[in-house]
Amino acid sequence: MSRIRGGHNFYQIRLSDQKITASREMVDILLALDLNTIEIHRKSVDEGGFILYDSEIAKKKFEEPEFIDIPFRKIALDVGKNSVMANTVATGAALGILDLGLEALKKILRETFSRKGEEVVQANIACAEAGYKYALTNCPKCEAFGIREPEGKRLMIITGLQAIAMGAIMSGCKFYSAYPMSPSTGIMEYLASRAEEYNLVVEQAEDEIAAINMAIGASFAGVRAMTGTSGGGFALMVEGLSLIGMTETPLVIAEMQRPGPATGFPTRTEQGDLLFVLHAGHGEFPRVIFEPGTPKQAFYLTNRAFELAEKYQIPVFILSDQYLAESEWTFEELGSEKLIYNDYRLREEDLKGVEDYKRYKFSSTGISLLAVPGEAGKHLVVADSDEHDEEGHIVEDSETRIKMVQKRLLKKLPLIKKEIETPFLYGDPSPKIVLVGHGSTYGVIKEVVDTIPKDKKAAMLHFSQIYPFSERDRFDYIGLLENADLTICIENNATGQFARLIRAETGFEFSHQISKYDGRPFTIENLKEELHAYI
Amino acid sequence: MPTSEDYKGQVPAWCPGCGNFQILSTIKQALIELGIEPWEVLVVSGIGQAGKLPHYIKCHTFNGLHGRTLPVATAAKLANHSLHVIAVAGDGDCYGEGGNHFLHAIRRNPNISLFVHNNQIYGLTKGQASPTTAEGTYTTIQPYGVLQESMNPLAMAISQNCSFVARGFAGDQEHLKELMKAAIKHKGFALLDILQPCVTFNKINTFKWYRDRVYRLGDDYDPYNRNKAFEKSLEWGDKIPNGIFYKYEREIFEERVPAIQEKPLVRQKFSLEEVKHEIEKFY
Repeated sequence: MSRIRGGHNFYQIRLSDQKITASREMVDILLALDLNTIEIHRKSVDEGGFILYDSEIAKKKFEEPEFIDIPFRKIALDVGKNSVMANTVATGAALGILDLGLEALKKILRETFSRKGEEVVQANIACAEAGYKYALTNCPKCEAFGIREPEGKRLMIITGLQAIAMGAIMSGCKFYSAYPMSPSTGIMEYLASRAEEYNLVVEQAEDEIAAINMAIGASFAGVRAMTGTSGGGFALMVEGLSLIGMTETPLVIAEMQRPGPATGFPTRTEQGDLLFVLHAGHGEFPRVIFEPGTPKQAFYLTNRAFELAEKYQIPVFILSDQYLAESEWTFEELGSEKLIYNDYRLREEDLKGVEDYKRYKFSSTGISLLAVPGEAGKHLVVADSDEHDEEGHIVEDSETRIKMVQKRLLKKLPLIKKEIETPFLYGDPSPKIVLVGHGSTYGVIKEVVDTIPKDKKAAMLHFSQIYPFSERDRFDYIGLLENADLTICIENNATGQFARLIRAETGFEFSHQISKYDGRPFTIENLKEELHAYI
Repeated sequence: MPTSEDYKGQVPAWCPGCGNFQILSTIKQALIELGIEPWEVLVVSGIGQAGKLPHYIKCHTFNGLHGRTLPVATAAKLANHSLHVIAVAGDGDCYGEGGNHFLHAIRRNPNISLFVHNNQIYGLTKGQASPTTAEGTYTTIQPYGVLQESMNPLAMAISQNCSFVARGFAGDQEHLKELMKAAIKHKGFALLDILQPCVTFNKINTFKWYRDRVYRLGDDYDPYNRNKAFEKSLEWGDKIPNGIFYKYEREIFEERVPAIQEKPLVRQKFSLEEVKHEIEKFY
């Protein structure tokens, strides 16, 4: 979790030589920098695990065998001449107990402290080495976990937010306007840090209303634009969303969920905004919602979002949550080869032969030519939030109204539906047990499916392209659910919003639902425990 | 050179005698005299009687939401600063619903002009009080009279160091045209508040009422003196000054955004080749 103030804070790291995709409830090594941490997390230490602590800092000596007392503070004072480096000593000690080597940590210390000068860098490195050595010599069971430095392939480490922001840059996004709000702010921070390198305009707006209207203004003027926020900020953007619907202005919107209502849990996680995002905005207009399950999906779906937003001149959402957005994930293979970039905006040369350009000209697909104002010769681009005629001017008549609704909504819908990928099936191809999830529960459901005995015929059905639903003639996922004995929809919210959506769209009802709404992500242990009642 | 035929738009749906007609013909004349072609100008408007204006000109138009004119206009200018961008709003639109955007547009100082059709009433919704309606004015939903003090947009803009602050009167088209031209030519965010009689819903601030009171700031008036400008902006009653109250020349927003120093954002072609090394940074 991330807590943006003083008080108890913690970070969980999971290591494996296998591919891992989720968090665990229990830990093998608890690195406690204060007494509070010991008291809160002691119960999470697995059998055979250790608690590394400093009895001087904790002002308490623990005699139980799992406790390893290391003088973090004293070493920091002796070696680094400053007690503030106790955490560096502790990190060195944690690596020492695993005998993992110090090269990676040294590199990070250099990167982190280079701004503060060489002296600070060297003092931290010396502290890390001292902590490492102390643990190596004083810890009786240091090889217990048998972890080795990885060989071969280099892996990436990336957060969901970074994957989204990088996906935006690599899709030609040139303009991002937003108002800071956890947990979405990381997108703006990342883009601002790359603004100079890639010539991006990143603007912190006065409020979310301005943020979305700015992004709309930039998109109307001819550049790929995006905005991002969390649920409360998106509530303010809703009016602008409807404006996108009427003016057919392409826009990508990132909604990074945290538990609500109102201010809720600013730094915790939930999937509580799905139906809000789906239904937000007055009036009827098309939209697409993606909810990635991994940073990799976040990267490619952001690219797809820009493609669909511009091709169909609609809003496309990247819906995610604090857990995926702010956790750091390690994985391989993220490449630019599969990225798509089609520029649907038209300039002077593209409009040769167009006599009388009309922004909202009727067409068989409902899609009208998207000209760039000022770059399209003498053609004028007129956009209107009122109901309008083909040119973009205000009208009142019912005949034009009907044709416009057909154009921007009814004709586009079936075409958009064809673009949506079917859900991902993992595990038994003809399952008797189907665990269904969407978005960030991908990893934990997948790992739990792996633990279910093969003869039980279990599978995961995961949705990352949430809305509209994909066509069933390519993969009859509802038929698959109907053929199973046990279908369980697993969601990080209280009311099973996705299960309701499936029922509304397809009539299918799950045999069971698992809901988690304590603001924490599912862990492998607690999902297994929940499933124990059914499997 | 453009002609009035080039700027001929849709037929206006305003009440006969509305002050908006004078504003419309004046804005067209100002653009023609400045030699700006219809395809070189973007008018962004909100909702209200003023919001309809771009439909009656002929130019690039974004007629967006009530109060949201300035964020759209600012971003459109950032995306393509080769366009002349004019924001058109009403008093309720800009000073009420969009008040926060107004303050922050002054801070950003984009090179756009803001024309506020200030009729001191809500016209489109049929006669409720706006932020600039005089205190004590009776309306259908203010039966005890307006209980708030009316807002002074000029004083507010000067207090925030807005780079150009002016006021004109729809009934003095010659003067208004010069003010519009000065606002468009001014490098920076230019507020032009336009006193516009609403013949249907505002029976107090009529053409006659204004004519009896308005006067033009003289040649001896120094618009670069902020304190004097603030003092002048407070003058309202038997005498109402019009003209350029305040000018403060400073760097515009577009000059401060590094990404658009070489060419407009809209003309910067995207190449995946040039950005794909970004992935490497995460290994």
